[in-house]
Amino acid sequence: MISFEELKRSFLVSLWFVFLTFPILVIKANPIERTIIWRWENMFFVAIGSFVLSILIRVVNTQKTKRLERRSASDSDTTTSEPLIQVILQNPRYLYPLAGAVTVFALVFPYLFDTYQTNIMTTALMYVVLGLGLNIVVGMAGLLDLGFVAFYAVGAYSYALLNAHFGIGFWMALPIGALFAASFGIILGFPVLRLRGDYLAIVTLGFGEIIRLILENWNEFSQGPSGISNIPRPGMFGIELSLEAAILYIYYIMVALVIVTIFVVNRLQDSRLGRAWIALREDEIACQAMGIDKTKTKLTAFALGATWAGMMGVIFAAKTTFINPASFTFLESAIILSIVVLGGMGSILGVIVGALVLILLPEYLRALSDYRMLAFGAILVVMMIFKPQGIISNVRRTYKYQKQKSGDVQ
Amino acid sequence: MEYFIELLFSGLTRGAIYALIALGYTMVYGIIGLINFAHGEIYMIGAFTAFIVSTVLSILGFPLLAIIVLAGLAAAVWSSAYGYTVEKLAYKPLRHAPRLSPLISAIGMSIFLQNYVLLAQTSDFQPFPELIPEFDFMEPFVHIVGSSDMVILVVTTLMMVGLTLLIKFTRIGKAMRATSQDRKMAMLVGINVDRVISATFIVGSALAAVGGLLIASHIGQINFFIGFIAGIKAFTAAVLGGIGSIPGAVLGGVILGLTESFATGYVSSDYEDVFAFSLLVLILIFKPSGLLGKAEIQKV
Repeated sequence: MISFEELKRSFLVSLWFVFLTFPILVIKANPIERTIIWRWENMFFVAIGSFVLSILIRVVNTQKTKRLERRSASDSDTTTSEPLIQVILQNPRYLYPLAGAVTVFALVFPYLFDTYQTNIMTTALMYVVLGLGLNIVVGMAGLLDLGFVAFYAVGAYSYALLNAHFGIGFWMALPIGALFAASFGIILGFPVLRLRGDYLAIVTLGFGEIIRLILENWNEFSQGPSGISNIPRPGMFGIELSLEAAILYIYYIMVALVIVTIFVVNRLQDSRLGRAWIALREDEIACQAMGIDKTKTKLTAFALGATWAGMMGVIFAAKTTFINPASFTFLESAIILSIVVLGGMGSILGVIVGALVLILLPEYLRALSDYRMLAFGAILVVMMIFKPQGIISNVRRTYKYQKQKSGDVQ
Repeated sequence: MEYFIELLFSGLTRGAIYALIALGYTMVYGIIGLINFAHGEIYMIGAFTAFIVSTVLSILGFPLLAIIVLAGLAAAVWSSAYGYTVEKLAYKPLRHAPRLSPLISAIGMSIFLQNYVLLAQTSDFQPFPELIPEFDFMEPFVHIVGSSDMVILVVTTLMMVGLTLLIKFTRIGKAMRATSQDRKMAMLVGINVDRVISATFIVGSALAAVGGLLIASHIGQINFFIGFIAGIKAFTAAVLGGIGSIPGAVLGGVILGLTESFATGYVSSDYEDVFAFSLLVLILIFKPSGLLGKAEIQKV
């Protein structure tokens, strides 16, 4: 199955990686105590790991080409069977009971598990909404936004500051935060939207960093790096809630918000606007020729994406009761981007699954949590190369012609 | 006046380093049209390799000159190796993919490399050994311009002259120019485009590594995160000068360095990074082709 030639190649690959990682992984020098630690075991791991991976990729690749050959040999006669997940998604008979079951599970979740688990789940749900928000911008409209976290920060700070200065409560702040974030999206979007894809990405990254740096340095406005503390948790008709009840309450708010978000995004996808986004993503020039207002369409995508981020910002501030600029770094944007990319750009279910996997997995596998960001980086690369459509790809709604059977041709 | 000259030199030093890194961005962009987001990390890895090698050698008791030469060589070799590998792993399979795919892959690579160094070494700042000695003949000027500023200016100038010669007069340089003009045509006339792209990454990474070594010994400390900010600033420099243009990268680097130096010197040092980011945003919005770049014409 594996030829000697291939083994030799994999061996060379592993040798190359041993060389590559030698100084950084093996040597650990301390200039103050003047000691050197040689970590030879790391070299061993790299050698074995890269060798196995390289063999694995070779095997997968050969099998892929074999399958393609077989398929082209037997021509497109065999209709490819749809994957199970798509069958479920397209058939209401399976979809509705399943969605109902998931909702019921979400509702009873806090009673099945303890407060700690509920708290983690709330965080995961927040990332679901953030992912769905970014999905509008990146997945549907095809605008790579690397400064998404800026809108999140705008939401969080608008609640924290409005509360500190004017005593505005959570429920008032939620729409205000969303509105602020959306206006920021429009202000930011207006000048940058005529830029080409990759420049747009860098400019949004720049904007995100500018906002964070301003929050960090403008002490009179945002209290600088020390942040704002004692942000009240959401109130329920003026009733004081205990800590546990408050956590429960935020959890249910999040569940409701997730359901609303899924509903809205799902409706948007097949609307006139959603189709305009997808068309714009595919070909801008053709789109303009068809009479779609490019600027307006892109701006709505930006503003809508920002709206969800703003709302999540308010919830984040209310949940942690403390915010500082360190929560809104570029890495946060990168995490949300990984969620969208892993799940599948443009796919709602994919983003939900992506968020749950990426946020819950490191929480439960504590041993892995150190390698979290390493994995996020790797996911972006690996997904782009092997499965750019994500784990659950988005299948556009199409009408299918029934193929005439070869028998009843007149 | 003296303060002005001091700021001028510190701006030039910064600018020279930005220019060295910006060259890598601009060369790669010129040839494959990709913003190599991981380039800042290559620079950081160069600095780390130099840090590790020089610390080990100084513990083993090598003379200073040998340490400088070996650390510089090691930084260049390993950075180039990383640059080459990153291209092969993360960019080459995506050469015909939609434009955003390689950019996302590059961002992933950048995050990966940052955390790889973080996990393999440490998140703390590491004191970088002082490799550049204080020269005696610089003594009278030491209050305006330090020895290491001088060394940085001289070394970067030499590197840039070397790069210009490489691109103007060698076979591979000619192939690079041809590939950046028209990749398909270059393939048709028998240029091994894959090899040219690899060479571009190797040269760009080596330049970044030298930049990393110089700035690390100038500032005196490094950590895994230095590549992110330096990368964005160098990218700003590349865009300012006109991405794809080599003299543009140098010009952009110097302008950015001077702007930062004067802005922090005369206005406020709190917003040091904000100046660079704002400059980046403003150029991209108002003159995306940069100072020396050609405007890109989109054909249907």
